[in-house]
Amino acid sequence: MEYMLIFTESAADFAKRNDPNEAPAYWGAWSAYAGAVAQSGIMVSGAGLQPPETATTVRIRDGKRTLHDGPYAEAKEMLAGFFVIEVPDLDTALEWAARSPASSYSSTEVRPVMPTPSKS
Amino acid sequence: MKASASETLDATVRRSYATLLGYLASRAGGDLAGAEDALSEALLAAVKQWPEQGVPERPEAWLLSVARRRLIDDQRKSQVRERFSESIQQALESADELAGSGEGFPDERLKLLFVCTHPAIDEAMRTPLMLQTVLGLDATLIASAFLVSPVAIAQRLVRVKAKIKAAGIPFEVPEREQWDERFSFVLDAIYAAFSCGWQSSFESQTRGEMAVEAIRLGDLAVALVPGEPEALGLLSLMLHCHARRPARVDATGGYVPLDEQVIALWDHSMIDRAERVLKTAGEMSRPGRFQIEAAIQSVHAQRRVTGRVEWLVIAKLYESLLTFTGALGARIGHAIAVGHAYGAEQGWALLDALPMDRLEEHQPYWAARGHLLWQTGRVEAAREAYDRAIGLCDDAAVREYLMGRRNAD
Repeated sequence: MEYMLIFTESAADFAKRNDPNEAPAYWGAWSAYAGAVAQSGIMVSGAGLQPPETATTVRIRDGKRTLHDGPYAEAKEMLAGFFVIEVPDLDTALEWAARSPASSYSSTEVRPVMPTPSKS
Repeated sequence: MKASASETLDATVRRSYATLLGYLASRAGGDLAGAEDALSEALLAAVKQWPEQGVPERPEAWLLSVARRRLIDDQRKSQVRERFSESIQQALESADELAGSGEGFPDERLKLLFVCTHPAIDEAMRTPLMLQTVLGLDATLIASAFLVSPVAIAQRLVRVKAKIKAAGIPFEVPEREQWDERFSFVLDAIYAAFSCGWQSSFESQTRGEMAVEAIRLGDLAVALVPGEPEALGLLSLMLHCHARRPARVDATGGYVPLDEQVIALWDHSMIDRAERVLKTAGEMSRPGRFQIEAAIQSVHAQRRVTGRVEWLVIAKLYESLLTFTGALGARIGHAIAVGHAYGAEQGWALLDALPMDRLEEHQPYWAARGHLLWQTGRVEAAREAYDRAIGLCDDAAVREYLMGRRNAD
């Protein structure tokens, strides 16, 4: 089954990415994690995301289009990246989620991916 | 008044949950789920009635009596009439009499331990079942400790209990010829509770609590079967490891490996107890896996006196451990000990000979590999191994420690 691991981070976590003292540990942990996932042969796809302040949100209501600067909703923990992995069951997906650096300081959400409807 | 009623109830549950459940289940023809339902109904009744009507003189007898009535009703209503035999009815009646008589209940907790670890039950579910039925832990805590979704664990526990009833898994202590194997399943399940509370448990509250619960189970096993040296060995092993818990994390939350721990932070009275328990086991002259593992921990603890780790002794102990178990952890530990005792090259040769297929995702293996490669001067390969260990790690403190090792000069 395919599961999406949705990694969230706080503003302080995002700040680590460019902090000269914190960045080596931050990126070291993430690249080791991504490496372990890749080497286990379970990676389907995935990406890290630029921080929330780079987001732009689009909404159309009653034909009126509004854009706003920033993510859809302000929250303590923001979307930081995702992996889609192919594993036998939820237990295995949870094991991989627990290993993500995000789980140690923010959180990782695990969601089954909807199966693609077969074209027949 | 209300506070005292709820305090009495809490204390009663803590003290007697397993005794009451074991007693009810064994008299309900081994219907664990039915006995559990009846007992929780009785607890619910106590929550409502005790604050108003006062705490009964013998809380256990009161609970037993209410639960027993509920069980009899259930059995009467039950579609499967044949299960409601005369003998069960009689057993329940006599339970009530006994409860009223003020004498102690026969202790059926040992049967409970054996039912939970019956070979017909999926090995992965034995420990969760034991934690729930013997200690009364809730499913969410168990789910967090075992990294399984709370809904899934609750469903699996229900299914296991349905199987116990449907398959007629006997509610009894096994015969002599099966005893050793069956008792080893009991100890394995207790150790599994402790290990999930241990392996990567540097700061996690859940896992710390789980280690304490496992020690409670270990104490119970020893109390119920005092003549089993392996039960003592397991208890000693758990006490040794748990005694070092405060020393495993430094002031900044960083992970401290065993041979660098500050001895003053160990819980010395707990270590003393671990040593006494192990000595009692040794006097029975029937060595086994847990006693040897406890002996290895005991050698580490002797650093209190000698100021150094006797790696030669530890390497020898691992050698004999491997005659009892081929577990990966034991083989990795052996390689590390040999590396310390006889040189990193020899340790590396042992580690490198392990079958790779089961080790792909085993974090301690990659950490050991990084360590031994580093010791033998293969820096690049060591860094690759450390990277793998870091990626497989689920603990922030250990991750940081491994990154420090990886990036060392």
